[in-house]
Amino acid sequence: MAADQNGQRSLGEGAMLTLCNISAGYGSFRALFDVSLEVGAGEAIGVVGPNGAGKSTLMRVISGMLRASSGELVFEGRPLTHVPAHRIVEAGIAHVPEHRRLFARLTVEENLRIGAFLPQARRHYVERSEWVYALFPRLLERRRQLAGTLSGGEQQMVAIGRALMSKPKLLLMDEPSAGLAPLVVDQVFDLVRRIREEGYTVLIVEQNLQQVLDVVDRAYLLEVGRIRLSGLSAELKKNPAIRKAYIGL
Amino acid sequence: MDIYLFEAIINGILLGGVLALLALGLNLIFGVIDVVWICYAELVMCGMYMIFWLHSFFGWPILLASFAAILGVAGLGVLLHLLVISPILGSAPINQLLATGGMLFFLQSLATLLFGTDFRNIGVRLPLIELGDIFISYSRLLAFGTALIGAVALYLFLSRTYLGIAMRAIAQDREIMGLMGVDQRRVYLITSAVGGALAGLAACLLVLQYDVHPFIGLSFGPITFMICVLGGLGNMIGGFIAAFVMSQIIAVGGYYFSIEISYVLAFVFFIVLMFIRPQGLLAR
Amino acid sequence: MKNELARRLGALVVATLLLALVPLATSDYALHIAIQILLWGFVYTAWSLMGKFGLVSLGHGAFLGIGAYASPLLWNYAGLTPWLGIPIGILAAMLLALIIGYPCFRLRVVGHYFALVTLALSQVALLTIVAARDITGGSLGMTPKAVGHSWYALQFPEKPYFYAIALAVWVFGILIWHFVDIGKGRAALDAIAEDEGAAAAIGVDVMREKLRVTLASAALTAFGGALLSQYFMYVNPDTLSGIGVSLQIVFAAIAGGMYSALGPTAGGLFTIALPEILRVTMGTNFVGAANTIYGALLVIFIIFMPRGVIGLIESRLAAAPARKISKEPAA
Ligand SMILES: Nc1ncnc2c1ncn2[C@@H]1O[C@H](COP(=O)(O)OP(=O)(O)OP(=O)(O)O)[C@@H](O)[C@H]1O
Ligand SMILES: [Mg+2]
Repeated sequence: MAADQNGQRSLGEGAMLTLCNISAGYGSFRALFDVSLEVGAGEAIGVVGPNGAGKSTLMRVISGMLRASSGELVFEGRPLTHVPAHRIVEAGIAHVPEHRRLFARLTVEENLRIGAFLPQARRHYVERSEWVYALFPRLLERRRQLAGTLSGGEQQMVAIGRALMSKPKLLLMDEPSAGLAPLVVDQVFDLVRRIREEGYTVLIVEQNLQQVLDVVDRAYLLEVGRIRLSGLSAELKKNPAIRKAYIGL
Repeated sequence: MDIYLFEAIINGILLGGVLALLALGLNLIFGVIDVVWICYAELVMCGMYMIFWLHSFFGWPILLASFAAILGVAGLGVLLHLLVISPILGSAPINQLLATGGMLFFLQSLATLLFGTDFRNIGVRLPLIELGDIFISYSRLLAFGTALIGAVALYLFLSRTYLGIAMRAIAQDREIMGLMGVDQRRVYLITSAVGGALAGLAACLLVLQYDVHPFIGLSFGPITFMICVLGGLGNMIGGFIAAFVMSQIIAVGGYYFSIEISYVLAFVFFIVLMFIRPQGLLAR
Repeated sequence: MKNELARRLGALVVATLLLALVPLATSDYALHIAIQILLWGFVYTAWSLMGKFGLVSLGHGAFLGIGAYASPLLWNYAGLTPWLGIPIGILAAMLLALIIGYPCFRLRVVGHYFALVTLALSQVALLTIVAARDITGGSLGMTPKAVGHSWYALQFPEKPYFYAIALAVWVFGILIWHFVDIGKGRAALDAIAEDEGAAAAIGVDVMREKLRVTLASAALTAFGGALLSQYFMYVNPDTLSGIGVSLQIVFAAIAGGMYSALGPTAGGLFTIALPEILRVTMGTNFVGAANTIYGALLVIFIIFMPRGVIGLIESRLAAAPARKISKEPAA
C-alpha cells in the first residue's frame, strides 16, 4: 500500500486525538479491528468507506456512546478509553450523530439549550446561541418551532448547532450530508469549511467522497472494520483504486 | 341549582387539585424513567405517617413536620430508585411494574408493623369556610391552592431550566443524552426525588383531611393510575385535566349515590373513554 | 408432538398419583395448607396462560372475586345450587373479560396501559362488592348458608373431600396449560407477544387469539375463586378480590416461573406456605412482620430471579448438558 507512506504526516506530540488499536463491536459481533488514527489540532480529517464499514461505530467509540473492547483513546494527553459519554463532552468532544437525532418534540431553541447543558457551556449560552444563529440565520426565524417539523436541511443545521453549543475543541460529524438534496449538500460542505475557518478541529464521516476530500486535509479509508488506506486528500483523490471504487471514474 | 350539588362540584374541583398533583408526579417519573411506580400512593402514605409521627409524637410544629415529610418522601423516592428500579432498568417492563408492586405490599406491611392498623389523626382540623349557604372545607381549599402552585412550579421547572428541558428530552432519545453532557443516572435520581417530593406534598395536604392507616394508599392509588392513563401516560397536561374530570365524577356521583358507586362510575367513564380515545384524552 | 404429549402426560399422571396419597399420611392442618396451595396454584396457572404471552393483567382479582361471590350469593338468596352458581359466576367473569378485553385489544392497549387499565378494574370490582353491602356484607364478608356434608351444596367439612376436588381441579389447570402450550394457537400468541403489528401482517387474527386466551384465563380464575369460597365457607372482598389479590396472583406466577407448567404452582407454595411459616415462627407479637418480610422477599425475587424459581432450575438443567457438549470440540 503505497499511499500509506505518503499519507503519514509527522504529528509527534501535537496530536489532539489519538486512537491506538481500537477494537469494538456489538455483543459478540465485532465491527472494528485494531483501528489506529490521529487527529492534529486544527486539522480536518475525513473517514470514508462503504456502508457497514464501521464508520459510525468509530465515531461512537470516540464519543463514549460505545465502549471499546480493547485499545486506547487519548485526547489532549488524557486517556479517555473508558470514560462515559457525558464526561467526554466535558473534555471537549462534540458528536453530531448519524441521522441527526434531534429532540423532535422540543423547539429549536430548546434543542440548543440541551446542547449547552454542561455548566461550563451554560455560562456562555447567550453568546454561543447568538453565534449559532448568525451561522444559521434560518434557525433564528424558527426558534420556537418544534424541531421535528423542520426540513431535513434545517434539522441538520440544528444538529450541528446543538453540538457547537458546548464549545467543543473537536467536532465529530457523522454523514452530515446524508439524505439532503445536492444543493443543500453543497451548503453543508460550505458550512464545514466555515466551521474549520473558525478554528475547530473536525473529524467527519462521509459517503460523499469527492466533496469531502475537497474539505478535509487528510482522510482514512475504512473497510469492514479495518483502516485500508490513509493519506493527504490531494493524494487520495489521485489514488487509482479509490477513483475506481468510490468516485466512479 | 341545588345548593348541595353546587357544594359537591366545588369540592370536586378542590379534590381534583390533590389528584392532579399525584398524577403529575407519576407522569413525571413515567415520562423520564419509563417506569410506573405502582407503590406511588404508598409513598404518600409514608409521608402522612411521617407528619403524624413528627407532629403528634415529637411535637414538631405542623409546618416543620410537613416540610420534613416532603424531604423524607423525596429521599424515599431516591432510595426506591437506587434499590429497586436501577438494578432492573434493563429488564422487561412487567418486572419493573411488579417490583414496585412488591414495594406496595412491603410498605403497607411495614406501616402495619410500625403503627398497627389503627386510624391515626394528627388532630389538626381546619375550619369550614361559609360562603352564603355553601360550606367549603378550608383544608381542601388549601390543598387546591398548593396543588396549583406545585403544578405551575413544575411547569416552569420543565420549560425554563436546563435540567427540566433535559428531563423532557430524555424520553425522546435516551441514547444520545450522554452526547449532550447529561448524566442519565443523575437525571433519574433527581426525577425520583422530585416525584417523591410531589408525593410528600400530597401527603401534607391529605393528612389535613383524612386519617392515616396502612391501607389508605388503596383509596387513591387506583384512581391516580386511571387519571394518568386517561390523560395519556407521561402527558402532564392531559393528566392534570383528567384529574379534574375524574374528581368531578367522584364528587357529583358521591352526591347522588354512594362514594363507592361514584368510583365505579368513574371507572365506567374511564372504560368508555378508552373505547373512544385509547391514547388518552389529549392524544393527537 | 405425540411423544412430547405422552411424556408430559406421563409425568402428570405420576405426580397426581403421588399427590393423591398425601391425605393418608398427613394431618388436617397440612391438608388445609395443601388444599390452598393447589387451589391458588390453579388460579396462578390460569393467570400465566395470559402472562406468558405478555398480557400482564392486574385485573384477575376481579375475575376471582366474581367467581367467589356468585355462587354464595345465588345459594343464599335464590337457593341455587353451586353446581349452577359456579358456572354462572364463570360466565359473568368471561363477560367482564370480554367487556374489558375487546376495547383493549381492538385499540392496541398493551404493556403499561393494559396493566394499569386492568389494575383499575380489580379495584372497581372490590368497590362494587363493598358498595353492594346490603347483599354482600360489604368489607365484613359473607358466609354461604352451611348445611353440613352435602354434594348438592358442595360443602364438605371433612378435608380429604376438598383435597380430592382441589387436586382434580389443579390437574385440570395443568392440562389446560399444556394444551395451550403445544396447541395451534401457541405460535400465533408467541408472534403477538413478539410484535403485534408484524403478527397481524403475517395473517394472525390478533384479536381472536388474545380474546380466546383472555376468556379462558378469566374463566379458570373465576372457577378457582368459586372453589376457594366454597372451601373456606367465607368470602371477603380483601382476600378474594382487589389490587392486593391481583398483585399476589402475578407475583406468585412470576416468582414460581410463568414459562413453566409447574412454575405457578411453585409460586403457590411460596405465597401460601411462606407467609404461613413466617406467621407461625413470628407468632402474633408482630402484626405485619411476616408480611413485611414477605413483601421484601417478593421484591428481591423479581430483581434477582426474573424467570422464577422453576425457570431458574430448568435453565440450570438445560445449561448443564449444553456445557458438556460445548467442551468436546474444544478438547
Ligand atoms: N446497534 C448495533 N447492533 C448490532 N450491530 C450493529 C449496531 N450498529 C451497527 N452494527 C453493525 O456494525 C457494523 C458497522 O456499522 P456502522 O453503523 O458503524 O457502519 P457505517 O460504516 O456507519 O455504515 P453506513 O455508511 O451505512 O452508516 C455493521 O455491520 C452493522 O450492522
Ligand atoms: Mg454510519
